[in-house]
Amino acid sequence: MRRTLALLGLALGPVLVLGVFFVLPVAGMVARGFWPDGAFDPGGVLEVLTRPRTGRVVWFTLWSSAVATAVSVLLGLPAAYALHRLDLPLRRVVRAALLVPFVLPTVVVGVAFRQLLGEAGPLGGLGLDGTPVAIVAGLAFFNVAVVIRSVGAAWEGLDPRPAEAAAALGASPAQVLRTVTLPALRPAIVSAASVVFLFCATSFGVVLTLGGLRYASVETEIYLLTTNLLDLQAAAALSVVQLVAITALLALAARLRTVPDPAVDRRTARPRAVRRSDWPQVTATLALLALVAAPIATLVVGSLRVGDEWSLGNYRALQTTGEGALLVPVTEALVTSLRTAVDATWMALLLGLVVAVVVTRRSRTPGERRVRSVLDGFFMLPLGVSAVTLGFGFLITLDRPPLDLRDSALLVPVAQALVALPLVVRTIVPVLGGIDDRQRQAAASLGAGSLRTLATVDLPVVWRPLLAAAGFAFAASLGEFGATAFLAREDRATVPVVIFRLIGSPGAMGYGMALAASVVLAATTAVVMLAVERLRVPSLGAF
Amino acid sequence: MLSLTDVSVAYDGVPAVRDVTLDLPDGRVLAVLGPSGCGKSTLLRAVAGLEPAGGTIAWDGNDVGRTPTHKRGFALMFQDGQLFGHLTVARNVGYALKLRRAPDTARRVEELLALVGLEGYADRMPTTLSGGERQRVALARALAVQPRLLLLDEPLSALDAGLRERLAVDLRRILREAGTTALMVTHDHEEAFTVADRLAVMRGGRVVQQGAIDEVWRAPADRDTALFLGYARVLEGAAAELVLGRPAPAVAVRRSALVLDEAGRLAGTVRAARATPTQVRLVVDVAGLGEVDAVAPLDRRPALGADVRLAVDRSRLAVVGAVAGGAS
Repeated sequence: MRRTLALLGLALGPVLVLGVFFVLPVAGMVARGFWPDGAFDPGGVLEVLTRPRTGRVVWFTLWSSAVATAVSVLLGLPAAYALHRLDLPLRRVVRAALLVPFVLPTVVVGVAFRQLLGEAGPLGGLGLDGTPVAIVAGLAFFNVAVVIRSVGAAWEGLDPRPAEAAAALGASPAQVLRTVTLPALRPAIVSAASVVFLFCATSFGVVLTLGGLRYASVETEIYLLTTNLLDLQAAAALSVVQLVAITALLALAARLRTVPDPAVDRRTARPRAVRRSDWPQVTATLALLALVAAPIATLVVGSLRVGDEWSLGNYRALQTTGEGALLVPVTEALVTSLRTAVDATWMALLLGLVVAVVVTRRSRTPGERRVRSVLDGFFMLPLGVSAVTLGFGFLITLDRPPLDLRDSALLVPVAQALVALPLVVRTIVPVLGGIDDRQRQAAASLGAGSLRTLATVDLPVVWRPLLAAAGFAFAASLGEFGATAFLAREDRATVPVVIFRLIGSPGAMGYGMALAASVVLAATTAVVMLAVERLRVPSLGAF
Repeated sequence: MLSLTDVSVAYDGVPAVRDVTLDLPDGRVLAVLGPSGCGKSTLLRAVAGLEPAGGTIAWDGNDVGRTPTHKRGFALMFQDGQLFGHLTVARNVGYALKLRRAPDTARRVEELLALVGLEGYADRMPTTLSGGERQRVALARALAVQPRLLLLDEPLSALDAGLRERLAVDLRRILREAGTTALMVTHDHEEAFTVADRLAVMRGGRVVQQGAIDEVWRAPADRDTALFLGYARVLEGAAAELVLGRPAPAVAVRRSALVLDEAGRLAGTVRAARATPTQVRLVVDVAGLGEVDAVAPLDRRPALGADVRLAVDRSRLAVVGAVAGGAS
């Protein structure tokens, strides 16, 4: 009983934060829909759900996400193998490079794909600009890293001996893959696929920039309904649909996610030398690298062109407001972005650490275990809830005393921290959970107090993942767009917001500046991710 | 027939197996015996095709060094069984049969389960089995395809002592009944003695002695081999001559070679005595030998410091280095 109380006490902080800055805004948003004029009116919401356009939007969200998920898994599996089981030269650099798209600002991804597929782009002849193919490609580009990370980490920890046993029983490599390896990886694959589906279904920036007006997902539709059409009832209805679907999916993912037995020591197989029989996987990995590099390369090339000439003009223009398209120069927005990301990072890290400790401590009673698993699911919610809903909820619920935060400089960082929180938690939890509790017991039996135990058992294992999680959260905050688009004031705009404004501004000047700003932002996140990758934390980016 | 010629394996340039030459005739069971880290498991993995090796690995005269594992027809049984956790016992045993689309799999699986004494276990999952049962399933699975060579990697060492002895006897019976050619590595000389009929002793990556098991036993090639085969001490020079009764460079002495006996020809003083369930183990200071091990019946436990006489049981002595050992 005392343990359960202590657990709840420790959990109180994060629960309160999440309650005020997550549950309250989302609930406020939903309430707007069901109580349009102060009176309960569910009919309006139901009416929205029966509109033909709503059906089309939901259907498009479902099928585009499903296809993008399938593409991500198919492209990600060979790369996961090649980059985690084979001793490829530069494999750490390639791994980091393939993780960059995941933290790239969604707006940048959208811009890069338009640059690649647009009429003037290298692949303009395919006529894919503004088609669902472009959206699916953008979503897969964004999420393939999740598959590589999640499945790769599982693959790396996979005991090679069952596969050897199968080979010694006469199974060919293909048969070993089908009968032994894939069944062992199935939980990791299913869990990665469900998370990718989640990200695709709630993706905002990619669909908004690539889909234009013709194709809308639930997420962009909510944005459209709230900002352009001011139809809060419809927006709330869609938010509810999304919330329900995502909660169900998260519950499913949690069930499918393998919980490695902490007492079993996971051996990491030594990567082996590349053989001739590995060429399909290696080729697939190189092809994937090329696919990922193509939009980024086009982006970089585009940013260096002014008119028909090579020039740094677009970069020099970043010191300006783009002929009045912006209130502040892009360079100032970059400083704002970095400041905001720093704030968001420490918040996410602090919250995430407490959450991870709460979730991973070994439960002694069924009640305790239930409390922990409920908390675990609760803290993952921001992963799936539309950032747009969150952002708009902030606007309508935190605007009056005692919580009038509209002008607070902390509003944007708090929202970004909530979006980054699941990433931090998912990076630290497997590491903390992997510490054998008997190590702590041994330390205690040798006379270490609980603080000393924390410092000597937990800290040495956890500091690297903590640092990696910080970098990851920082990169994610830098690129956060959905919530920030709502919350950032024009004079304190972050770079992704500025990029979106510049794309929409008339004239070649603004577009060139958008490309240059995208390159700067992408380079910044890439540098952060490369530094983080050097920490060699396997759970990074794995779900 | 398996022939290894000058087989070497190195990890990152550090040799683990050096120039091993071995022959294993059809239908025989060869035990490779050695302390942990001597390279015996690496040798086994090289034979299975799981480690790249130098030298020649040949079956019936055909070099299989370039043949991938799954085409060698050598089944490997791991120390901990490595059953596939997602398949039932029957599907584990039938795994290789199913790969080959063999007819009548169900009946064959039943036969194999009967052979290893696990009738009625077909639908169990591996996690519900005890360690010994798991090893039996692993054995049945390896035997299912009638491999031309069965490779056993410490098949019994994960089990506790009593079970290990029983399973060793079973293993010998099963291998004999199936007429299987098998190569087994182990660090337990009793296990080797029970299961195998040929023995190769490995140390530091090399085979230091090989031959029929009782030959190796009776004439260990050197001091370390003798100690590893379970001899308690190796006496040299005058001491060796005194025990053996004739000149010899070195003699390996089992603990039970010296027995408390009033008519014995050696005299000494008891330095330590410790009772075991079957006998009393003594350390006796014998003139001309120094301290040696000896045994006494349980009902005759001498006092510390007592003067006693010891008889020598010649069948429990071995002249060390008498037969030219080495890798030949």
